Amino acid sequence: MKTIQVYDPPMCCSTGVCGPDVDPDLAQFSALLNRLVAGGIAVERYGLGQQPMAFVQNPQVKALLESDAAEALPLIFWDGEVVLKGRYPDAAERVRWLQAAGVAT
Amino acid sequence: MIFPPFAERQAAWTRYLFFTGKGGVGKTSLSCATALRLAESGRRVLLVSTDPASNLDEVLGVSLSNTPTAVPGMGGLAALNIDPEAAARAYRERVIGPMRGILPEAALRSMEEGLSGSCTVEIAAFDEFTGLIGNPEVGKSFGHIVFDTAPTGHTLRLMSLAKAWDQFLDENTSGASCLGPLAGLEKQRAIYSAAVETLADKNLTTLVLVSRPQAASLREAQRTSRELRALGVANQMLVINGVFEASRSGDALAAALQRRGETALENASGFLGSLPVSTVALRPRNILGIEGLRSIFEVTGGFEILGGGEPWRPPEFGGMDDLIADLSAPGRGVIMTMGKGGVGKTTIAAAIAVALAERGHSVHLSTTDPAAHVAEALSGEVPGLTIGRIDPVAETEAYRQHVLSTAGATMDEASRALLEEDLRSPCTEEIAVFRAFAREVAKGKDKFVVLDTAPTGHTLLLLDATESYQRELNRQARSTQPEEVLRLLDRLRDPEFTRILLVALPEATPVHEAAALQDDLRRAQIEPFGWIINQSLFESGSGDPLLRQREEAEHRYLREVAGHLAKRAALIRWQADEPVGAPALLALARQASPAPSLF
Repeated sequence: MKTIQVYDPPMCCSTGVCGPDVDPDLAQFSALLNRLVAGGIAVERYGLGQQPMAFVQNPQVKALLESDAAEALPLIFWDGEVVLKGRYPDAAERVRWLQAAGVAT
Repeated sequence: MIFPPFAERQAAWTRYLFFTGKGGVGKTSLSCATALRLAESGRRVLLVSTDPASNLDEVLGVSLSNTPTAVPGMGGLAALNIDPEAAARAYRERVIGPMRGILPEAALRSMEEGLSGSCTVEIAAFDEFTGLIGNPEVGKSFGHIVFDTAPTGHTLRLMSLAKAWDQFLDENTSGASCLGPLAGLEKQRAIYSAAVETLADKNLTTLVLVSRPQAASLREAQRTSRELRALGVANQMLVINGVFEASRSGDALAAALQRRGETALENASGFLGSLPVSTVALRPRNILGIEGLRSIFEVTGGFEILGGGEPWRPPEFGGMDDLIADLSAPGRGVIMTMGKGGVGKTTIAAAIAVALAERGHSVHLSTTDPAAHVAEALSGEVPGLTIGRIDPVAETEAYRQHVLSTAGATMDEASRALLEEDLRSPCTEEIAVFRAFAREVAKGKDKFVVLDTAPTGHTLLLLDATESYQRELNRQARSTQPEEVLRLLDRLRDPEFTRILLVALPEATPVHEAAALQDDLRRAQIEPFGWIINQSLFESGSGDPLLRQREEAEHRYLREVAGHLAKRAALIRWQADEPVGAPALLALARQASPAPSLF
């Protein structure tokens, strides 16, 4: 069983279009998560603006926030291991993630 | 056309009353007087202002907050202001407060910044508004809730938001939105749906459209009537406020004022025939305090001229001609007219634009006013002058297309679908309008740009958005924002580049609102260039008792502006006809200083 946990910086919506700048990686990341979920991966996604308690309850997240401040976010875990810190996956990484999860590309 | 006085309509006043109309039509006075009358007939009444620049405090003579405050001496009347900034602060505190001491300081700051955008402000104010009408717990101890609503465009937005969010929540399938995680929203959603239903229930809700007996004001009321009908708010009535009858013949000014009103009503007869209409007579002075509010519904006659008191020595005002000569000197830059709704920002902006074009400059006239009368005020073409308008609907659509064709260009279909879904969120409009504003300001690099900004509160939100955006952008290393957005605040702060003119009528509320705006601008490190007092009866020569009283009532405000508030001030005299078209606007721009011998 693979699980992914995502800790997002505070933002309005999952694609970031409500912010001043649209990050294309963010919208594609949201779509990627949808495909992973469809492929049987358990995905949990938390926003600092909406579910701050989730950030406190995970000791790793809390420690990284203390050492790296807001630059730590977004923070992405695969089965409890940090795989990305401070950014969303790029195109090449997205393809690798789908393969790693056993979801057809 | 004869219409009954508004007070005779009391039987038709439902539990929820929404007073709306163009800025300066008297929404606050009428909603206060109505609330007071209901309270004095034994009802428990809550009076609510949704105007970001509310002046309920000044009219009621009490300091209000965002929770009901009993108004002393006014029976069962309580009042509150929905102040969007305060609502946003409270909302931020609700989210961030519990995290203090638990999350690191940097994370708290990041949360705070994330919750400081104009989007949060809008949502927080909207939540309080819908809470009052959609949540039975909130208003149940009041028999009536009377809303003194924000200037029209904003009101429409608030009302349509209830519907927009309801639909958005229906259709959105992804995890989050500006309102918070969707999972926790079922309760909110029930409130939004109830608010939409209440607004459409004719036994519960009446929309009271307020208008002056003036063409532009009536057009605005008609537009609002149509748009709100389309949103399901069908129970509407119209109040014509400030109806004037000359009390003696042979007074040219008084006769012109009366004729203007009659003509405007005749021209709007189709609209007037479509809903119940009533009237309120023009008062000799501003309505302030409990006695003033009671007097609105009294039928009075035979005005006395008060006179006496200290001798009147007019303060020093310049003319529009000198002001425009100075504005013209740099040959480019941004000129903005700001002030309370209804003070004539659009007309003055148009007059300045026409006068600058006549001096041979290249000029762009643009408006952010949701009601957009610029094009109407300037019928006919002037060489060197272009006219634009920030149309929220068109800007939002253009922004959507822009995002889809840039960020969305390289996406797969699923990502694009998600992006499109989020772009339907009502917050998108806020961003789109903001970018359009930045774009118009940037045009001042190589020509004159004259902007008639939206009414005060909206403008403030816009400027505040500028600052929070700037903070947000400074944090982002790889910003794809255009230069015009990045440089906006610098430009607004540069006195060589941007010159702001505060516009007011010689009356209490418009002057005090402009003064508050001046303070806010100074806090944002923006120094206004000067003040313009519009529609002054100073030296009008009228012998009509009511008009003479109004002229006298102006004195203290003229002194306050020229003596204390303004670094420089210009005066525009009252005009019988609304200046329409280039020649009339040019005449207004050429008005010289009041007779020098007087000073």
